Amino acid sequence: MSAGPQYARLPEAGRFRSIVDFYLTTMRTSVQQQFQYRVATYFYMFGMVAEPVIYLVVWTTIAEQRGGSIQGLSAGYFAAYYIVWTLVRNMNIVYGAPYWEHRIREGRFSGDLLRPLHPIHNDIAYFAGSKVVWILLWLPIAFALTLVFDPLLDPTALEMGVFAVAIWGAYLIRTMFMSALGMLCFWTTRGAAVFNLYMTSELLLSGRLVPLPLMPDWVESIARFLPFQWAFFFPIESLVGDLSARELLGGLVVQAFWILIGLGIFTLAWRSAIKRFSAVGG
Amino acid sequence: MNALRVSLLFLKVGVMNELQYRVNLVVQLFQSAITLVTGLAVLALVYSHTDELNGWSQSELLCLTGIQILMAGAIRMYVEPNMSRVIDEVREGTLDYALTKPEDAQVLASVREVRIWHVVDVFSGLFVLGFGLSRITTDFGILDALAFAVALVLGGVMIYCFWLVIATGAFWVVNMWHVAELFDGLFATGRWPVGIYPGWLRVSVTFLVPVAFAVTVPAEAVTSRLEWETLLLAVVFAGFLFAATRWFWRFGLRRYSGASA
Repeated sequence: MSAGPQYARLPEAGRFRSIVDFYLTTMRTSVQQQFQYRVATYFYMFGMVAEPVIYLVVWTTIAEQRGGSIQGLSAGYFAAYYIVWTLVRNMNIVYGAPYWEHRIREGRFSGDLLRPLHPIHNDIAYFAGSKVVWILLWLPIAFALTLVFDPLLDPTALEMGVFAVAIWGAYLIRTMFMSALGMLCFWTTRGAAVFNLYMTSELLLSGRLVPLPLMPDWVESIARFLPFQWAFFFPIESLVGDLSARELLGGLVVQAFWILIGLGIFTLAWRSAIKRFSAVGG
Repeated sequence: MNALRVSLLFLKVGVMNELQYRVNLVVQLFQSAITLVTGLAVLALVYSHTDELNGWSQSELLCLTGIQILMAGAIRMYVEPNMSRVIDEVREGTLDYALTKPEDAQVLASVREVRIWHVVDVFSGLFVLGFGLSRITTDFGILDALAFAVALVLGGVMIYCFWLVIATGAFWVVNMWHVAELFDGLFATGRWPVGIYPGWLRVSVTFLVPVAFAVTVPAEAVTSRLEWETLLLAVVFAGFLFAATRWFWRFGLRRYSGASA
């Protein structure tokens, strides 16, 4: 028995099939929506490409000044790294913490609670559907970037397979941690500063700014104990770098570990957050 | 003159409005601190692998970072809120209220909002700039200071024009959700001297989105590497852009039929 508001539950019989059906339908709806607003989506993707191109240009410039490479990383490696970056970043976009604020403030959350399913399922399914469209729309961008920057990319079949799984692992890791962070919105309306702090830590410790080996050693050691790099550096490196089969498959296991940790934190936070919720509008 | 009076009046009301929410200052201080620390960390990281980037020393690039933070703060304080409001109001039909007032519509559309707390970023940018300057040995004359001030103002004007062109686009394209993100992404190119970019990108961030004029040119002025031809080009281009933007705004207005009313 739980106190306070709680989302309604599906009947036990046929529960699994209903959830699968829900996921498929939500993903299909999302695919259609994304295609409908493809111009807006492209605008968004173009804005996003600016960031890796800036990093790429800076590090290529330095690599060239130093005779072609920094710590063994060549200009071709950087090009490959940041082009794959754009796809991983796309996969990384989730219903962020700010969205929880929006959803509570606008009163939509009351409606979400009425559904016979935990709201997180909708979040995961909806963006998972969008990703399919984004990957398609990303292909021409990747092609153009490849023409301009000349990446050094020569993946094996295993690397490609691991990459294909790892980008979805990255998606789930980030979904879990961002949703957990979003629970803050049940307590405060000024979460923006905390979200910003989180994003900054992520920027520096995930490989988003720069391939992690270029970071000072102490930063790398801190990053080892945090989830960030498993949603950024690992997926990219699995395709671009030279990881052994053991490192590749082990990486997927670590990703699964962080998904579970994130899910645990989110579940705990959710339980106390939902007790505090009182509807706004709706 | 009347335009100036109206602007000042709106500024006063806007500031008074924002001053009600004093806790926002603390939040903004925190956010600005994060921006500052990130910027410095990235610089430190880059210069741990090299001594100079395309001819710019770390201290010189510090000046550039300061100017970028300052300019971004100014844009977020005064330009972006007004332009976003125009875009929103076109969609909702409430722009009509501004258009029916007996004052120039472009002036009104450009001065109604001010997010005064972003002034923290302006100061933090000035602080970084000052710190960078103090570590540069070349003498910084009165002429450099003058050129810097002129370049900074021109850069601000050009960014305003760019935003107004985008906002005017709302008369045709209603779905402009991601424009602010698109701009932020492009403005981030200003973190680095424009010379490091390959040709096509350098031209884009100079003339298409005038980030180079807004950040690199003022930074060239304070690091005594500005050539007078560049400043002249900035003057001419700013003038041209301002006139073209005004024409485009009026052209868009003529097409606008109002969504409510």
